[in-house]
Parts: sequence; structure tokens; C-alpha cells
Amino acid sequence: MRELDAVDREIIAKMQGDFPICARPYAALATKIGITEDELLVRLGALLNDKVLTRFGPMYQIERMGGAFVLAALAAPEARYDEVTALVNALPQVAHNYRREHALNMWFVLATETPAGIAEAVARIEADTGLPVYAFPKEQEYFVEMKLEARV
Amino acid sequence: MDEIDRALIVATQGGLPLVCEPYHALGEQLGLPDQEVMRRLQALVDSGVIRRIGAVPNHYAIGWTANGMTVWDVADELVDALGAKIGALPFVTHCYRRPRALPAWPYNLFAMVHGSSREECSAKAGEIRSLLGDACRANDILYSTKILKKTGLRIGA
Repeated sequence: MRELDAVDREIIAKMQGDFPICARPYAALATKIGITEDELLVRLGALLNDKVLTRFGPMYQIERMGGAFVLAALAAPEARYDEVTALVNALPQVAHNYRREHALNMWFVLATETPAGIAEAVARIEADTGLPVYAFPKEQEYFVEMKLEARV
Repeated sequence: MDEIDRALIVATQGGLPLVCEPYHALGEQLGLPDQEVMRRLQALVDSGVIRRIGAVPNHYAIGWTANGMTVWDVADELVDALGAKIGALPFVTHCYRRPRALPAWPYNLFAMVHGSSREECSAKAGEIRSLLGDACRANDILYSTKILKKTGLRIGA
């Protein structure tokens, strides 16, 4: 893992807030951090390139556009784990995917433009992998706010 | 939401341009005035289509090496009241009610916890456990061991 300095940590913290919508948003944010616009752009590029940050931009709630997000899981046999990962990840509808320690050892989020798209994606993964997919649509959201400060 | 909003979503779902004037760059790409790009993005934020504009860290790379999905089997008539309390805990980043898939999956309440170690996650799960009390019939914690994909939403052009 790459080392982070105090400025990187400050950028990571500030970038998890609300990015400004104005003509020079990086300059506006850089002023708050106490660095130049150029330095912010260079460091941000490096943090994304080194995968310290996985994404930077608008976080869309597809439900508000008539679509759906659904958490789903499957049990991939260890011998086939890499192959199943490649098959699942090949679908653009798979927004993220994590390996977890459980009999259900692959957990992914499907994001589709229509609710019907979820069933299609599930059927496609079942057909491609030959494995049953368990879908866990959210029935109620109690809280979501993913903001973590850098601890390294 | 119209076709222009949709084009804006397709153009930004992979990220914002890393240039001094990113909204101007988007405007050039889409044939829109800068002010129109900013007005539309602000409207999407105001209506909740955009949850926020910002960065998503790789938890592991910033020191949160233990990431646990805690899952709980809570009686249906109690789950909403308890889910709201658990979602309000300062260390829970996501909390949802989801359907069970019996017999393989008896859990209907999901809460994500993060830490620098499994001990830290486990202590947080312990706090959730005490909040649930007798309402908790079964529980588990599923640690993630690898990010297999993390690209986010991708709708077609």
C-alpha cells in the first residue's frame, strides 16, 4: 500500500463531502485545504491512479431515475472462484463486487435502469455461471453515509 | 429528467474530468453552455438523483482493513424500530432491512461496520448485539477479503 501524507489525508476527507458546483471547483476546494489548484489536481490524479480513491464524481441514486440497486450473492466453488468472478464482473450492471467469508462468498450490487433489468441480470448470471443467485433488494433504508477518514 | 440529463449522467458516471474547469469540459463534450451543465447538476443534487458529488476511497488503502457486513435475524414486528436505532449508531455506515432467503439465509437486518482490525469490527457488532437484546434470534458477520469490482453505476449511452 502506498504511503499517504497529511495533505493526502485532508484531500480524502474533503473529497468525501460535497464537491462544489462552480466554474473553478478544484480551485475553491484547494483554497479550503490550503494548497494550489494545480497541486490538488495532481494529487487527486495520483490518488485515483494508485486506487486509494476508487471513483470521483457524482454518485447517482438510480432509484430516483426509475431504476434499481439490488444486493445479490452466490456461493462460488473455490476451484471456480476466479472464473465465476470474471463472469459476474463482465456484466456492466454489476456496480461492485466483494469476496466475503461465508458459504455465500461473492456479494455484488446490481444497478439497472429499470426494475426489470435486475431480474434479467440475475437470470444472465445464473445462466452464465450455472449457480443460483440470491437477491436481497432493500426493503427499508435506515441509514447510509459512507464517510471514512484516512487512518494511515 | 430528460435526454440531456441522461446524457449528462452517461458522461459523468465514470467520473468528473480532472481539469481546472470540469463543468466547462463537460459542456464542450455535450454541446451545452457551462451554466446549463451546472444548473442541471445542481437540480439533480436537489432532487436526490445525485446523492453527492465526491470521491469514494478504497477502504483498505486508507487503513480500514477490516470491513464487516453484520447481519441479524430480528422479528418482523420489531425490525423497523430497531433498524432505525442501529442506523443511528455513529460507526454504522449503511443499514438496511432486506428479505430473508430461507433456509439458506435467515437474516433480515444488515449493518456495515469498519475498523483497522477484526477485533474493532467485532466490538462494534457487540454494541449492535446489546442494542438488539432479546430481539436478536441469530446473527453473523461477513468480512470482505477482496474488492472484486468497484466501478459504480454504468448505464448505456
